[in-house]
Amino acid sequence: MTKAGDKSCINLKLKVWRQKGSDVKGRFETYEARNVSTDMSFLEMLDVVNEEMILSGKDPIAFDHDCREGICGTCGAMVNGRAHGPEKGTTLCQLHMRHFSNGDTVVIEPWRSRAFKVVKDLVVVRSAFDKIIQAGGYISVNVGGAPDGNAIPVPQEVAEKAMDAAACIGCGACVAACPNASAMLFTGAKISQFALLPQGLPEAKKRALAMVGKMDELGFGNCANETECEKECPKEISIENIARMNREFLKAGFL
Amino acid sequence: MQLDSKIPDGPLTEKWDRHRFELKLVNPANKRKFKIIVVGTGLAGGSASASLAELGYNVKTFCIQDSPRRAHSIAAQGGINAAKNYQNDGDSIWRLFYDTVKGGDFRSREANVYRLAQVSNNIIDQCVAQGVPFAREYGGQLANRSFGGAQVSRTFYARGQTGQQLLLGAYGSLSRQIAAGNVRLFTRREMLDLVVIDGKARGIIVRNLVSGELEKYAADAVVLASGGYGNAFYLSTMAMGSNVSAAFASYKKGAFFANPCFTQIHPTCIPVHSTYQSKLTLMSESLRNDGRVWVPKNPGDKRPPNQIPEAERDYYLEEKYPGFGNLVPRDVASRSAKVQCDMGKWVGDTKLAVYLDFKDAIKRDGRDVIAMKYGNLFQMYEKITAENPYETPMMIYPAVHYTMGGLWVDYNLMSTIPGLFVLGEANFSDHGANRLGASALMQGLADGYFITPYTIGGYLAQASLEKIDENHKEFDASFLKVEARIKKLLSIEGKRTADDFHRELGHILWEYCGMERKDEGLLKAKELIADLREKFWENVLVGGSGQEFNQSLERAGRVADFLDIGELMVIDALARKESCGCHFNEAFQTEENEALRDDENFCHVSAWEYKGESCDPAFHKEPLEFENVKLTQRSYK
Repeated sequence: MTKAGDKSCINLKLKVWRQKGSDVKGRFETYEARNVSTDMSFLEMLDVVNEEMILSGKDPIAFDHDCREGICGTCGAMVNGRAHGPEKGTTLCQLHMRHFSNGDTVVIEPWRSRAFKVVKDLVVVRSAFDKIIQAGGYISVNVGGAPDGNAIPVPQEVAEKAMDAAACIGCGACVAACPNASAMLFTGAKISQFALLPQGLPEAKKRALAMVGKMDELGFGNCANETECEKECPKEISIENIARMNREFLKAGFL
Repeated sequence: MQLDSKIPDGPLTEKWDRHRFELKLVNPANKRKFKIIVVGTGLAGGSASASLAELGYNVKTFCIQDSPRRAHSIAAQGGINAAKNYQNDGDSIWRLFYDTVKGGDFRSREANVYRLAQVSNNIIDQCVAQGVPFAREYGGQLANRSFGGAQVSRTFYARGQTGQQLLLGAYGSLSRQIAAGNVRLFTRREMLDLVVIDGKARGIIVRNLVSGELEKYAADAVVLASGGYGNAFYLSTMAMGSNVSAAFASYKKGAFFANPCFTQIHPTCIPVHSTYQSKLTLMSESLRNDGRVWVPKNPGDKRPPNQIPEAERDYYLEEKYPGFGNLVPRDVASRSAKVQCDMGKWVGDTKLAVYLDFKDAIKRDGRDVIAMKYGNLFQMYEKITAENPYETPMMIYPAVHYTMGGLWVDYNLMSTIPGLFVLGEANFSDHGANRLGASALMQGLADGYFITPYTIGGYLAQASLEKIDENHKEFDASFLKVEARIKKLLSIEGKRTADDFHRELGHILWEYCGMERKDEGLLKAKELIADLREKFWENVLVGGSGQEFNQSLERAGRVADFLDIGELMVIDALARKESCGCHFNEAFQTEENEALRDDENFCHVSAWEYKGESCDPAFHKEPLEFENVKLTQRSYK
């Protein structure tokens, strides 16, 4: 364990968005985080701050998190204006304090989007993503009659491309990073995965129309080619998927 | 009470077919009249929800996360086993069955494991049909890799994100059923009690984690797929929210808990580095396909790894187990790492690590091939440790990863409470005393897609269920009990946080009920835990109220249950006077330091019955009968 004064130990000023509930006004509050080991993850740093707050009778900072290995997509916050913080291809739980310097001020806010309401502090509702998937982000196959797994060969490069798209963790960073709060990277990734694979072809048109329609209905904005989503995506999903979604959507119009 | 496993008669290979024929059916038109509650949306719960809804049942599904897609199955990395024999390397249903029974050190049910191997192939077909992007060969066929405890290549994978892709497949099917109105989804709900009426499971009490309100839901059957209890150890590879509370509430209502001391300690995790650490990160077992495990030959050798010449390295797994080499089962690999460190042949600052080295694989296959197979794992390692595994060997050490124990279920996956079905890691059924890699995903999906949909129908068709709703007095009783416990937790206003108690519990369990156990240590642990529990209920500090989003309250409730399951683990470990798989009691070992079973006296499942807060649980035994497999000393030489 590191001690104060070590170069592997830093002091930070945190400016954290505090909001009691979805219908209450929020505000920034400032806290000191002292003796933060640079080996800590960002969320472990918040754990330590929270532990102290509980012990001194204060309301700890609410934040969502679960797997803490960058795959469940539960965590996420704007750190100094960047979704999931300054490191490329990194979720907040995988961001380590070695990327900060002694004396830094760190501003921490929840995802901001009309479609993601704040529950408390840094916790937001992302059920809009579930609704987009419910509109058609699947292949309609009941359990039972599937043919042998090798019956439909899938070229390796196609499977790899589909996997690139399927790697999305649904965290919402793309929406938070986009000036228009667009969900096109999220939606495009799912549409792409199934548009690339032969199994997804029978429903491709219906899927593109339904998912894009739902996305618009839920209040997400449009894509203006800012490419912030790709830059901030912790899984580095390519905006090529948005282009593919647009093609699929257009194709679906010419039935 | 006599435990009846309800294993069907007949030859092993025909049992499941015969049973499916004998199970009573529910008429398609009647299915929608039956309400089924599913708790949990991981591979088991997600797949069960979707399949039951496809059949026409009226399903309500609950999860603690904000979305069903986030259940911890998502973090499984390496792969899923199936007996496809696509590699033509001699695999078969029988071999997968045998490997699994042997890997579990002969403490699982033959009939269950055989059925698991049988449906493994259907799982792959189903997932491919759902659009799961499994890795492919250049010809477009499905690719495989090897995992521990097997000499064939039968593991299907999607890079290092197999669990994620399988879960998203199940989540897609579930989403389709939600859209169709066949499943009602309740997110951010935590099950805090099971409602039992006339001896049958008829509903649950949940806490709405956003509003804090308690809610009642009635049903004709309850499916519990709430995962394992590995987080009792505080540090584990489980998600922070993984907990035992739903399973433990069911235990307190009469469901027996089986083999709680069987906890898997996974050999390849990033070592613990500090006290503020909140969780451990697994490095997939698939890495042992190409990585070589070694330590310095001379204890105390502190040179950096690249300065230690070949001749002074001890590749102890390859040396001791030439037949399986680095791919021995997890329990064997974990204990071997501990033995090396105990001998002083540790590496790294904490003295609790061994090397996993890819130098030879990179030399043989090239960096690009290794990057394609394991790129995301190497990246994850580098993020956490700031070291580059392409250039310097990984440091790894065992960590708590999975619990083979769980609620006792019969062949139908029904617990000792009629109408309560338990799936996936939450049950105890298939892995015996040690789970082989890539078998958890297989079991979760087998339970949800291919087993429960049949067996639950069999139950509903013959159970005469009274019409009840949430106004039944048992719902009120459960509600009040849950409410009283929340009030109690909030009213203590002590001086220590729930996390603080949890860390202490974790130390006790790791020290005395971890990779090596001794009777005296276990006795000590039992006292320490009882003492800690007393302190918890006198001195825990929660803060806030019950009527709001309160993560500190959620944690306190879970830690209270971890204290109880911790004690049960210790009691179970004490009662099993043998070593088997993960349960290694120092007093029972072969001359070569391997687990020494006592088949005459301990070839059974231990099932524990709750007897009240201040009493020890009652012990029940389900004898294990092996008709097809000969019990042998496991050998991986």
